[in-house]
Amino acid sequence: MFEYAPAPESRSVVDLKPTYGLFIDGAFVDPTDGGSFKSINPASEEVLAEVAEAGAQDVERAVRAARKAYEKVWGPMSGRDRAKYLFRIARLIQERSRELAVLESLDNGKPIKESRDVDLPLVAAHFFYYAGWADKLEHAGFGADPKPIGVAAQVIPWNFPLLMLAWKIAPALAAGNTVVLKPAETTPLTALLFAEICQQAELPAGVVNIITGAGDTGRTLVEHPGVDKVAFTGSTDVGRAIARSVAGTRKKLTLELGGKAANIVFDDAPIDQAVEGIVNGIFFNQGHVCCAGSRLLVQENVADRVLESLKRRMAQLRVGDPLDKNTDIGAINSAAQLERIRELSDAGSAEGAERWSPPCELPDRGFWFAPTIFTGVTQAHRIAREEIFGPVLSVLTFRTPAEAVEKANNTPYGLSAGIWTDKGSRILWTADRLRAGVVWANTFNKFDPTSPFGGYKESGYGREGGRHGLEGYLNV
Amino acid sequence: MTATTTSARSELSELGRSETALRTFLHGLPGVDQVGAEQRAAQLGTRSIKTTAKAQAIDLAIRMVDLTTLEGADTPGKVRALAAKAIRPDPADPSCPHVGAVCVYPAMVPYVAEVLRGSGVHLASVATAFPSGQVPLEIKLADTRAAVAAGADEIDMVINRGAFLAGRYKEVYDEIVATREAVGDAHLKVILETGELATYDNVRRASWLAMLGGGDFIKTSTGKVPVAATLPVSLVMLEAVRDFRAATGRQVGVKPAGGIKTTKDAIKYLVMVNETVGADWLDPDWFRFGASSLLNDLLMQRTKLTTGTYSGPDYFTLD
Repeated sequence: MFEYAPAPESRSVVDLKPTYGLFIDGAFVDPTDGGSFKSINPASEEVLAEVAEAGAQDVERAVRAARKAYEKVWGPMSGRDRAKYLFRIARLIQERSRELAVLESLDNGKPIKESRDVDLPLVAAHFFYYAGWADKLEHAGFGADPKPIGVAAQVIPWNFPLLMLAWKIAPALAAGNTVVLKPAETTPLTALLFAEICQQAELPAGVVNIITGAGDTGRTLVEHPGVDKVAFTGSTDVGRAIARSVAGTRKKLTLELGGKAANIVFDDAPIDQAVEGIVNGIFFNQGHVCCAGSRLLVQENVADRVLESLKRRMAQLRVGDPLDKNTDIGAINSAAQLERIRELSDAGSAEGAERWSPPCELPDRGFWFAPTIFTGVTQAHRIAREEIFGPVLSVLTFRTPAEAVEKANNTPYGLSAGIWTDKGSRILWTADRLRAGVVWANTFNKFDPTSPFGGYKESGYGREGGRHGLEGYLNV
Repeated sequence: MTATTTSARSELSELGRSETALRTFLHGLPGVDQVGAEQRAAQLGTRSIKTTAKAQAIDLAIRMVDLTTLEGADTPGKVRALAAKAIRPDPADPSCPHVGAVCVYPAMVPYVAEVLRGSGVHLASVATAFPSGQVPLEIKLADTRAAVAAGADEIDMVINRGAFLAGRYKEVYDEIVATREAVGDAHLKVILETGELATYDNVRRASWLAMLGGGDFIKTSTGKVPVAATLPVSLVMLEAVRDFRAATGRQVGVKPAGGIKTTKDAIKYLVMVNETVGADWLDPDWFRFGASSLLNDLLMQRTKLTTGTYSGPDYFTLD
């Protein structure tokens, strides 16, 4: 046997402070009326830092700082000068990418190879991409002289803390808005390190404000009357509540919510690569991906073969220490999320689906869940309908292409889908019929700043990324 | 072997009887998506193999080297020196294992055979009008028999790429079968020359064709065309031997050759073997590196791991 020795990335590149304040008006400040909470490492449950919890007065301060910066500095600034700051931030992110990647893995639990090779390169690429737009907005197709909206309230999830920050902040700033961003309460640390990068880049005070806290802080922020735009990525339930609270106001809203994507494997698919795509689709980032390919629809005449290959491949997945460079699957982000994954998986077994996981040893401490597939799943099962947001795949079969499309669309969500076939015509035929914002063909979970991303139906509205991503931050 | 694999094996052995059956079978194999295969190979290349795992990998890689010289300028003296090095790659360290085989042209086989006798190092010879294979079949077979008679216990043959690319699969198959017969008890390695096959679909088909024809090993390249072994090509070939064993119960080895120069490269291949076909292939009987300069780099890295310091290239023999 060829056993890989531990290959841990050094955590000494990260200089963590014991406590963090709120980043308001260009400086770290103590909360006026809030308390604090701890952010832990989900792989070990050790406390990483104590972080301020922003209360109503802090939200007020942050929104006021953003408003002032919008009116006095950032709004009037030329696009070319805004670009200068964004390029500077992008370069600093690249320079400090190792530090950011390690911290992301510590706070989130995702494997270092993913934060190093996927998250951080994409974060920098988003800032570079939107920096390029800042002085070319009149060519974006939104009128001759499109104007920013004003102050954007942005609430982001814990699955891609820094990447979601980039998706929100880069287009907002490029278009001339200022922002108040609230990272998720389980993963606030890289956003705070990003705040330090804003200081290092000498970004004018108040253009980016980062306030930490849980659901109450987020609610106070999006309901604040001084906010002109709300952007949210997270669960459909919270998205619904935000839509209700924003209804009837002049605030502009974009939502990127849940998903239950179908990954469709036709019988002429390149099987070895399809299996890679299935694995990447559901086990990438522990399945904490809104566009995860959580429903595998496989044509019945190749189902046995695909499942056999899939199980063999899953047995190669290395679950464990997120900082080990050979880890494929890291820790589940929180105890609460682990509980939800367990509950839904138990429901899968109880409803009669057959559960399988490769033999794999899980660490004693921290939050862990072995990669799991369910076969014999029907459309009626909860695990085929509800978003699990974990490393759990539901396998369904289909007989005809029409049945594949019908099953794929039979969900309230519509964020993404995958198609695996060697036939170009079948890719086009299927993609035309799928009601999903993103359709991948012979690949999955590919992201690029130039490509718009967003959902149909209960997966939200508005697009992020690409030229389209500017629209949500322009007064059009 | 189960009853199903036995029957599958006899069904597959029927395929060689007709051009149509062969074509239908080879073209019915699942396609290879180029982007996906290259991405998977690149991902495997990012594994971090350190300390004890690295030491283990280096020794395994040394045991898998087919120490090769295939030059017009080869002399009896040169190949004897190479054979001596194959037996004791690091004269300063008796714990260093010997390599898998020495690989030379047929004319050089007798000189190598003298040195290797009783050492446990195999003697491979390229044959069948290596590298082009552009001679009549009788000459290829005579070339093969001569190499075996001179003492080679492994024969590296080349397939007829012209016939393969033209779709004359039966011709390629028949040549492999004929060579298989000519090698007798020796091991047959079938060189696909993947750099000339151009697509991964072709690599997969040629791999199956070589295995159906009775090859004990499938080998990527001659080392004599611009594109030699690559990680994605080797991945597709490993998938083929894995699927072939599942279908027939017979295990076939894989030998990437050409262009593998560093320990880092070799370890990437070992990781790929480990995670694609598993421990059954992590053995010199089932996986080889066709290489010449690779051995010195492996020895340098091995010395670095045991002594903690790099010695310069001057401390390792050039061949």
